[in-house]
Amino acid sequence: MELKTVIFYVFALIMLVAAVRVITARNPVHAVLFLVLAFFNAGGLWLTLDAEFLAIALVMVYVGAVMVLFLFVVMMLDIDAKRLRQGFWSHMPLAATLGVLMAGEMALVLSSEYFGSASFSGQTMPADYSNTKELGRLLFTDYVYPFELASIILLVAIIAAVMLTLRHRRDVKHLDPAKQIAVKHTDRLRVIQMPAEKEEAE
Amino acid sequence: MLNNFVMPDLYPAAPELFLATMACVILLVDLFAGSRRRWLAGTLTQLALIGCAAITFLNYGEAASLTFSNMFIDDPVSDLLKLLVYVSVFGVLIYGRDYLAERDLDKGEYYLLVLFATLGMMVMISAYNLLTLYLGLEMLSLSLYALVAIDRDSPRATEAAMKYFVLGALASGLLLYGMSMIYGATGTLEVGLIAQALQDGIANRTILVFGLVFLVAGIAFKLGVVPFHMWIPDVYHGAPTAVTLFIATAPKLAAFAMALRLLVSGLFALADEWQTMLMLMAVLSIGVGNLAAIAQTNIKRMLAYSGISHMGFMLLALMSGVAGRDVDPMALVNAYSSAMYYSIAYVLMSLGAFGVVLLLSRAGYEAENLEDFKGLNKRSPWFAAMMMITMLSMAGIPFFVGFFAKFSVLLAAVAAEHLTVVVIAVIFSLIGAYYYLRVVKLMYFDPPADSAPIRASMDMRVLLSANGLAIALLGLFPNALMMLCTVAVLRSL
Repeated sequence: MELKTVIFYVFALIMLVAAVRVITARNPVHAVLFLVLAFFNAGGLWLTLDAEFLAIALVMVYVGAVMVLFLFVVMMLDIDAKRLRQGFWSHMPLAATLGVLMAGEMALVLSSEYFGSASFSGQTMPADYSNTKELGRLLFTDYVYPFELASIILLVAIIAAVMLTLRHRRDVKHLDPAKQIAVKHTDRLRVIQMPAEKEEAE
Repeated sequence: MLNNFVMPDLYPAAPELFLATMACVILLVDLFAGSRRRWLAGTLTQLALIGCAAITFLNYGEAASLTFSNMFIDDPVSDLLKLLVYVSVFGVLIYGRDYLAERDLDKGEYYLLVLFATLGMMVMISAYNLLTLYLGLEMLSLSLYALVAIDRDSPRATEAAMKYFVLGALASGLLLYGMSMIYGATGTLEVGLIAQALQDGIANRTILVFGLVFLVAGIAFKLGVVPFHMWIPDVYHGAPTAVTLFIATAPKLAAFAMALRLLVSGLFALADEWQTMLMLMAVLSIGVGNLAAIAQTNIKRMLAYSGISHMGFMLLALMSGVAGRDVDPMALVNAYSSAMYYSIAYVLMSLGAFGVVLLLSRAGYEAENLEDFKGLNKRSPWFAAMMMITMLSMAGIPFFVGFFAKFSVLLAAVAAEHLTVVVIAVIFSLIGAYYYLRVVKLMYFDPPADSAPIRASMDMRVLLSANGLAIALLGLFPNALMMLCTVAVLRSL
């Protein structure tokens, strides 16, 4: 067996085990961490397929951003795992049917003439071929217009999100250091002239 | 590696580039201007629109030019539609300014979102690739969702925004699904190449028709025609009136452009199929729109249902391009230019009607019920006359622009031998005349329920008067605009 094949099976095995643990782990935080492990191994699999851009994107976007966010959410939410597991067996028949149905559909698609492995020729690229570079070239030449449009859509999303959620509250007790430094003694202390002793009204 | 790349010609896309740059400039200016110089954002936005109009006007071309690897098209139809988009957005900004200022909603974000929505519409109008068409649509829709929710403390507006967002996302999904089918069948996203692939007959027809159904559903949602009209009354009702005005005007032009590009430029070979779908939707929209509008007591909802019936009429022209087996090029141009004329006339009337609604609203008071129009003639004879012109024109009473729009649509439909449909459309627009005339009756024959003086800034008065007079004048001289549409369609198809 070639070394590459060995590596493939190692990655694939760890990924499958991690994926199964995602749904069987009792602690939600552990489940998220197993998902991270599965993503890492999927990234490794893509690397062995020479799809280095996808591998980097998966690790950076999913592991680096999405899953960290997930982890925060899971840690902050008070999840009652016991209550969630209630009714598992009563929903089981429906869920199993749906699962089998989806697996069957996927099998049909993968064995069809469009997507079967026979329809993909095993085209090999020269060793110095970089698909990251190719993707970058396409994005910034032929697809520069939709690429820029997508970036403007992101800008719109940022503006809309800030507009809808930013509230300037008046009752927040935060301090402005600049104002604290700029304070003068007259702002803090007011000297009032008053007679030392109240005269008796006689 | 880069030697086979040709730098795209930026000249045809100059208005888009200018507007995108201006939007970023306004974003920064508004950030540093502070709340005391709020007017800066509004003024700059209007200047940006004027600048765009100047660039588009200078660009107004004889023929189509493609750029950005054939993803962008600049042809007379797109130039004309873009100019009208600028005009209607300009009107929206002026009509809505006082309304928003009284409700403390005239923040920089409002102007930015309006500008980005405008940019999205321009991208849609000029799209020659399914990818850019979709991106333009999303840019427009996202800005509109946020604009509907701009009044954050109003539960009604939030509910409307939520409904609009969920249904809009679903419609975008349908459209994308249809696009993926078309791509799967033809192997290309470029509109011209799709038409070519269809002509060559290499594509799988079943997949194409399947994709077509989803595309038509997506377009129908954006136009707001039955059975994809559910969002229109709720969103028009829930959104702040200034935003309703925006949703009811310029996006209709963009949706018309989308329908024209996808169905006529791209999938013309499937005309038999989509014409039947459009016919069903047109008849249903004219029927449901006109009947449901009668039952409304809220003028925003009434105008929403009236908009549904108007879009049905527009579809009537869009489905009349091909009659029978042989394609007559002149009948084609007639049908599509009358559809374009109808959309333009509708936008003009919609601007006028919502403009008067905004005129009657003031701080803490929304003039959104039909009752609020009682005795408007006593309070302001001039604006009552403007509203009357708009209502009569919407009803399709002769010698206003709405009459000629309906007339040319019906002529096109008759030429395409859709006689039954024409008869149904005429009967329902007669029924629809009732609710337009009811507004006129309330204004002229009922005593006023509210005696507050009508206050409006000078530019709003001038623009609203110009709007009403334009509806009347274009009705007296309908040929000028019709010629513009015909020539644009003739040169673009």
